[in-house]
Amino acid sequence: MKTARLYNRFFNHISLLVISLIMMYPIFWWVGASLKTNEEMSSANLFPKVPHWANFSDGWVSTPNFTFTHFYLNTFELVAGILFTSVLACSLVAFAFARLDFPLRNVWFAIMLVTLMLPTQVTVVPQYVMFSKWGWINTYLPFYIPHLLAGGIGGPFFIYLLVQFMRSVPKELDEAAKIDGCSWFGIYWRIMLPLVKPALVTVGIYCFLWNWDDFFGQMLYINSIDHYTINLALKLFIDSQGSVPWGQLLAMSLCSIVPSVVIFFLAQRHFVEGMSAGALKG
Amino acid sequence: MNNAAVKGTAGSVKLDQVKKIRSKRWETPVTGYLFLSPWLIGFLLLTLGPMVMSLYYSFTDYSLLAAPNWVGFDNYKQIFTDDDVFPKSLKITITFVLLTVPLRLMFALFIAMLLNRKMKGMSFYRTMVYFPSLIGTSIAVSILWKNIFSRNGFINDFLGIFGIKGPAWIADPKYALGTLIILMVWQFGSSMIIFLAGLKQIPTDLYEASSVDGAGKFRQFISVTLPMLSPIILFNAVQTMINTFQMFTQAFVITNGGPVKSTFVYVMYLYEEAFTKFHMGYASALAWILLVLIGLFAAVLFGTSRYWVFYENQGGKK
Repeated sequence: MKTARLYNRFFNHISLLVISLIMMYPIFWWVGASLKTNEEMSSANLFPKVPHWANFSDGWVSTPNFTFTHFYLNTFELVAGILFTSVLACSLVAFAFARLDFPLRNVWFAIMLVTLMLPTQVTVVPQYVMFSKWGWINTYLPFYIPHLLAGGIGGPFFIYLLVQFMRSVPKELDEAAKIDGCSWFGIYWRIMLPLVKPALVTVGIYCFLWNWDDFFGQMLYINSIDHYTINLALKLFIDSQGSVPWGQLLAMSLCSIVPSVVIFFLAQRHFVEGMSAGALKG
Repeated sequence: MNNAAVKGTAGSVKLDQVKKIRSKRWETPVTGYLFLSPWLIGFLLLTLGPMVMSLYYSFTDYSLLAAPNWVGFDNYKQIFTDDDVFPKSLKITITFVLLTVPLRLMFALFIAMLLNRKMKGMSFYRTMVYFPSLIGTSIAVSILWKNIFSRNGFINDFLGIFGIKGPAWIADPKYALGTLIILMVWQFGSSMIIFLAGLKQIPTDLYEASSVDGAGKFRQFISVTLPMLSPIILFNAVQTMINTFQMFTQAFVITNGGPVKSTFVYVMYLYEEAFTKFHMGYASALAWILLVLIGLFAAVLFGTSRYWVFYENQGGKK
C-alpha cells in the first residue's frame, strides 16, 4: 500500500513535470530565439552558441524617429489612466449594488450581468462612429471614458467581482459608522475601500493585464505613430520589414510582456483568488 | 412599575436613534443612483445606445462617409443569399469553436485534476502551466506562434529529428486553422484555475464513500467528479465559447485570414467590412447575426444543462 502510494506520487510528479516542460517549451524557445541571428533561427538548438544581444539594442531603435522607450511610456500612460478610472468607477458602482437600497437595483444588476456576455462586435461600430464624430480618434479618450463609466475591457466583470467581496464585509460596520454620522460616501471611502483592498488589487491586476494585451481597441482608435503603444509598434515592425528580422522581433515582443510577467509573479495569490471567486461565489 | 418606566425610556431613546437612521433613508434612492451613475450612464451611452444604433445601421447602407439610407432587410438578404465570404467564414468559425472549446476544457480539467493533490511543488507546476495564458491575446504571443510554426520554425525542426517532414503550417490552408486551435488550447489556464477551485470544493467524503463501495479511480471520476463539477463545466463552456467566437488578434497577426482565407474567421470578416471598406451597415448586420449565433450556442448549452448539470440543492437529496 505504502509503496503503491509512493509510486503514485512519483508518477504524478513526473507527469506534471513533463506537462510543465511542454507548456513552457515555446517560452524557453522564445527567450533563446531572441538571442539568435537570422541564420541560426532555424536550428533546433534552444540557445545560440553566442548570444546575439544586438537583437535587443537594434530592435529597440528599429522604428525610424521613435524608440521603444517612447512606445513603452505611451502604453504606461494609457494603462495607468485606465487603471485609475476603472478601479474608482467600478468600486463606486459595486458599492451601490452591494450596500445601497434603491428601486430597480436587482434589475440593473441582472442587466449588468448580461452585458458581461455581450460580444463587443455589436457595439463597436456605433461606438467608433460616435468617438470619431467627437474627435476622439487618435487620443486615449476612447479608453479612458468607457473605463470612467465602469465599462471598457473587464468593466462589468470587475463590478461583479467587487460586489461579491463587498457583500462579505459585515454590515455591522456600516451601521456603526452610520450611527456615528458618517455619510454613505464616507462609508464607501473610509470603511469599504480599505476592507476590500485585496479585491481592488485583484481588479487592478486584471485590468492591467487585459488592457496591456488589448490590440483590437488600440488598432482601431490610435493611428499616429507618436501615440502608438507597444502592441501597435510590434505590428508596425512586422509590416514594415520586407524579410522579417525574427531575432529583433522576438526580442522586442519579449520586452513587451515583461511588465505582465513581473506583476504576475508579484501578485500570484490575488490572481488565482480573483479568478476562482468570479466563478464560484456567484 | 418604576422599572418598566426606565425600560420604556431606554427603549424610546433607542427608537429615536433608529428613527434618526431611518430618516436618513430617504436619501438612499438618490445616493444609490448617484453611486450607480457611472455604470448607468456608461450602459445607456456606450452599450444600449450603440446596440440600438447598430440594429438601426444594419437596416441601412451606412458607410461613415454618407448619411445612412434605410434599405430594409437588404443587408441580411445579401448576407444569406449573395455573399460568398459569409458562409465560408461562418463555417471556419464554427469549426474553430467546436474544436477549440472541448479540447481546451478537456486539457484544463485533466491538468486541474493532476494539480488537485496535496503534494509539494503544486504551486510551482500551476505557475508553469498557467504562464502561457498570462500573455493571452497579446500580439507578442502571436509573433512567437508565427515564428514557431513557420516553414523552418522549431516545430518542423523538431519533427525533422524523427524524420518527419512537417507541413508549412501557417502557409498551408489545411493546417493554418489547426495552429490557431493549438494556440488557443495551449492557453487553457483560466479555465484550469476555475476547475481547480471547483475540484477543491468537492467534499472528500464523497470519494471515501465511493471507494468503500468499491469504485475505482475511473468510476469515481464518472460518478463523483463530473457531476459535482458540472455547473463549473457549464460556466467554463459558456465563457470559452463566447471568447472563441470573438477571436481576432491571433488570426489577424499570425495568418491574416489566409492562406486562401482558410483562417478568415467571422470577426475578421466583420472587421474588414467595417473598418477597411467602411460598410458600417453591412458590418452591423454581421454583428447582429454573430450575437444571435452566440445566443443560440448559449441556449443549447443552457437548454441541455438540465440533463447533464447536477445541482446539489435540487437533486442531491433523493
